[in-house]
Amino acid sequence: MLLKTFNKIYDTDVGYSFFNSKIAIVSSTILFIIFLCSAFAGIVAPYNPFDPATVSLMDAFTPPAWSEGGNPSFILGTDQQGRDMFSTMVYGSRISLIVGFASIIFAMLLGVFLGVTAGYIGGRYEIVVMRFTDVQLTIPSILMALLVNGIAKSVISQSMHSEMAIYVLIFAIGISEWPQFARVSRASTLVEKSKEYVSASRIIGLSNILIMFKHILPNILRPILVIATIGLALAIITESTLSFLGVGVPPTTPSLGTLIRFGNSFLFSGEWWITFFPAIFLILLALSINLLGDWMRDALNPKLKIR
Amino acid sequence: MSLLEVKNLNISYPTRKETIIASKDVEFTLERGEILGIVGESGSGKSTIANAIINLIDPPGEITNGSIKIDNSELRDNEEIVQKIRGKKIGFVFQDPQTSLNPLFKIKDQLIETIQTHLDLSYQDALTKSINLLKEVGIDNAEKRIEDYPHQFSGGMRQRVVIALAISCEPDLIIADEPTTALDVSIQYQILELLKDLTKKRNLGVIIITHDMGVIAETTNKVIVMRHGLIVEQGDTKELLTNPKSNEARSLVISVPPTNKKIDRFKLISPDGKEITSDSKNLTKNIIKTWGKRENTNQKLLEMIDVTKIFDDKSLANNFSFGSKNDSTDQAVRAVDNVSFELFEGETLGLVGESGSGKSTIAKIITGLVRPSNGEILYSNASLYNSRKKYQIDKSRGQIQMIFQDPYSSLNPRFKVRNIISEPIKLFQKNLSSNELTQSVYDLIDIVGMTRQSLDRYPHEFSGGQRQRISIARALATKPLLLICDEPTSALDVSIQAQILNLLKDIQDELHLTMLFISHDLPVIRQMCNRIVVLKNGSVCETKETEELFNNSEHPYTQELIRLMPKIESIV
Amino acid sequence: MFGYFLKRLLQAILVMVVVAFVSFSLFNFVGDPIISMTGEDSSIERQAEVREAIGLNDPVYIQFSRFLGNVIQGDFGISYQLKREVSDLISERMPATLELVFVSALLAIVVGVILGVYTGIHRDSFVSNIILVVSLAGVSLPTFIIGIMLIYLFSVILGVLPSFGRGEVIDLGFWSTGFLTISGLKALILPSVTLSLFQMTYVIRLVRAEMMEILQTDYIKFAKARGIKRNTINYKHALKNGLIPVITITGINIGTLIAFSIITETVFQWPGMGLLFINAVYFVDIPIMSAYMIMVAFIFVMINFIVDITYYFIDPRIRIKDEMS
Repeated sequence: MLLKTFNKIYDTDVGYSFFNSKIAIVSSTILFIIFLCSAFAGIVAPYNPFDPATVSLMDAFTPPAWSEGGNPSFILGTDQQGRDMFSTMVYGSRISLIVGFASIIFAMLLGVFLGVTAGYIGGRYEIVVMRFTDVQLTIPSILMALLVNGIAKSVISQSMHSEMAIYVLIFAIGISEWPQFARVSRASTLVEKSKEYVSASRIIGLSNILIMFKHILPNILRPILVIATIGLALAIITESTLSFLGVGVPPTTPSLGTLIRFGNSFLFSGEWWITFFPAIFLILLALSINLLGDWMRDALNPKLKIR
Repeated sequence: MSLLEVKNLNISYPTRKETIIASKDVEFTLERGEILGIVGESGSGKSTIANAIINLIDPPGEITNGSIKIDNSELRDNEEIVQKIRGKKIGFVFQDPQTSLNPLFKIKDQLIETIQTHLDLSYQDALTKSINLLKEVGIDNAEKRIEDYPHQFSGGMRQRVVIALAISCEPDLIIADEPTTALDVSIQYQILELLKDLTKKRNLGVIIITHDMGVIAETTNKVIVMRHGLIVEQGDTKELLTNPKSNEARSLVISVPPTNKKIDRFKLISPDGKEITSDSKNLTKNIIKTWGKRENTNQKLLEMIDVTKIFDDKSLANNFSFGSKNDSTDQAVRAVDNVSFELFEGETLGLVGESGSGKSTIAKIITGLVRPSNGEILYSNASLYNSRKKYQIDKSRGQIQMIFQDPYSSLNPRFKVRNIISEPIKLFQKNLSSNELTQSVYDLIDIVGMTRQSLDRYPHEFSGGQRQRISIARALATKPLLLICDEPTSALDVSIQAQILNLLKDIQDELHLTMLFISHDLPVIRQMCNRIVVLKNGSVCETKETEELFNNSEHPYTQELIRLMPKIESIV
Repeated sequence: MFGYFLKRLLQAILVMVVVAFVSFSLFNFVGDPIISMTGEDSSIERQAEVREAIGLNDPVYIQFSRFLGNVIQGDFGISYQLKREVSDLISERMPATLELVFVSALLAIVVGVILGVYTGIHRDSFVSNIILVVSLAGVSLPTFIIGIMLIYLFSVILGVLPSFGRGEVIDLGFWSTGFLTISGLKALILPSVTLSLFQMTYVIRLVRAEMMEILQTDYIKFAKARGIKRNTINYKHALKNGLIPVITITGINIGTLIAFSIITETVFQWPGMGLLFINAVYFVDIPIMSAYMIMVAFIFVMINFIVDITYYFIDPRIRIKDEMS
């Protein structure tokens, strides 16, 4: 049964391309492991870095286990507060992934809705939506996120800051990325709209909502999926950048970017591992997603189909 | 010694699942002064041969065997020689003049570059030669127009520029791959005349690749018929067209709609060579039970009164004027201009015209896809548009349905055939039991001559003709009275076209449908219609009974269209 | 032609007015500027006095036109935190950022286009594949990590390049430049490489995709069929078409670089506008935030305007469409 399903997947063009691309297999395996680790952080991580009972300042600045002065119970060493690096990273990646996924889903829902409706309805509505999109596209996402973050901060009262920080962050990143989705889904909708099956649906008398979301949407999912994958990597990087700049998640629940920010100040004094491991982990995560996205773009693009 | 000698040519495209044989043991020769036609249906491998001669087969295709000789020098896989010969000894003309020229370079630059690549001429001499070439292919004011960019030329003019480029270095051989398929009849005629002329004047060898038997009959001396990569028959054009020996050639010739008479049904040739005539009477019985019997009352079903559509969007306007005139400069284009006609129950009315004549826009106005700027459309004496120009779909209750041109885009690729057909049924008959629904879907798939197994498949698993049948089934799902067919067969091969046209006639006879049949193809219109409306640039030239129109047309434009259409009978 | 320019200019002005309005509302409605200016513990009377003095009691449109007038004269108010004229702060910091962005843009575009064209033409070669893998790694590397890595390698381990600051600068009166001293140039290396790397990879991938698409078109096939030499086809026919989007890329690129300079400046403690801005975000220093927004928007709009004009001269299709209407 399982074999049969596998054969069926293998038989499709996309499946074949996947199982014949080392890059796609390796990167998706790495991602799968990272997702599992962060989903079950409580089981995977040897310590809970946020439980003061298990953290001792005595352990601070322990180098990785294999180097001089290392302690085998802290494989990748500890940070300035004596927290196990490996455990903080696992928990940190969880924060990074949650923010990344949530913001990209937010951006996708908003962007696809606006893009599909703009492309299908057209007229003045389309002009307004697309002007917005164009203007926002020229504003780099990091700047947009910073601005939204800054404004949100000045609106929300001081005491609520750390509580709301993660939602503000998700909103800020999401708002900075929706134009990509809007642009791509509008362009694809225009292509689909000009196809005759849409005319046929209109002549039959189907409602516009049904045509947009039952007929057109399934046909434009491929490019959206590609954008979403690449966007996820971008969202994770943006989150870590904001956290690195100190305007992201609060230090009490550090993400990978926050960890690098902490470690950066110890780089000159030789405690390289506090920055190094989270940075490598972040790169690995972003690179795997990008590699997968890159493969997807080629595999899902009917124009480039060779063999 | 022949100009071109192709021997035992084998070309294959290895793909993941199978190796596609694009050409197998192809052999032919061509002399100077001859025009050779290569004809075949889509996928027959005719274009592959043309590309193989100049060694430009798209990867992963490759020549596996055989030889191609021009003036006795071997070309096969010899990139060095072929590079010198391309453009110099062999000129090439592609199908679509809109995309064959580099948009960022002036015509002048493209011509001079080509000339200087192959001939040892100074810039000034090359320029003079270029101007003369443009004059030779019939471009007025060549000294000035040579400074223009490609998009400043209309489709027909661009194809002339492409031909000028192809003959710029005095080639001996011209290969034209579907050179007129993207053009209107009148321009097609001019381009073909130009090619014939050049052949005579310059003593060229010419290969024309086409799917159009009319073009073959009017231009070529010799013809090759291909199917699935094999030459099924070749010989003198007249001999082959009047007396085809192979089943494939017979099938091709017999499926071409005659231009000089009206026939009841097309004859079809089955693979074993027998003639078959279609008969779908039994299939429609079930459907008549559910639809109830219909009778022709010959009452007025649809009336268009002074309908006008003005597009003020320029991009659209340019599309419309493609091929018919130079890029229009007026802002607003009257795509449909004061058009009036009537449609009576049970008849088939033809709308015929070249691109930009507004025929498709009329179909869109009737079906509510495009709002008219002016005028009134009455369906069973009720207006289809209210006072605020909004389409009133409840006035027609889904009784107006349409069949589209492109079978590849007219079915939603994400839907199974079953869902494609059942969706409109469910919309109009909300309280149908699932059994009744299944039965209705079965009836529809039966009537269009497809198996019931096909219901559980997706559109991409079917050929163009089969998809068009599915389209017809979907259109019939709402029990329509009026069926609009917008170029329903122009994307299909002739033998498939014959089947679909037969099917439409059968369905109309049995179900008493009224049809509005839109086409640019006069012979097809003649076979299908009782009356014909001739359109030009959005307005009606004349409306006449079919035979009357073909025999005694009054309008000069109609006369010209009829005179210029390629006629397979011209050879006989 | 004049109409084309005028239309673009009007669009640019419209965008500027909208940005100015957003920045004005930020100024007036976010937080309490009075408290920011007078301090938390000032008396009510003092607050009312200041409120009246700076005209916060006037109708909104008068306030906005006053704001616009001030902005045009280069008056952005006084920083809450630094208690100095914002315009002074900005003009002090601007040269540092613009020099950094200029060098990075040059690097990103020149190297990016060359590698992009190469990989687009030689799509399956070994070198191309290496470039592509490296470029993908570049897209996945957050700017701040690149900066940290370069600092660690060149400043901490090798000790050859400075890890922060601009080095020695020469003051030309209106402009302070680091281009004219060795230490200034040395200080520029790491930040500009850091800043350009991400954009460079982006340019490579875009140009490559464009070239590959163009090489598949009919007119390239037709040029081949006319026997035009391969190099002419690649470097004349395809390249000219392929470079058209580079103009747009350059425009977007410079904008993005200005934004990303915030990060680079933070990592390298580069005394530019970005560092000023990020500090303003920490301290909710709204005059600086709004001034930065207006300045950046102005630069964006200018770049876009120049890009549109350049298109007009390069792509005949736009020119002719314009002449016809």
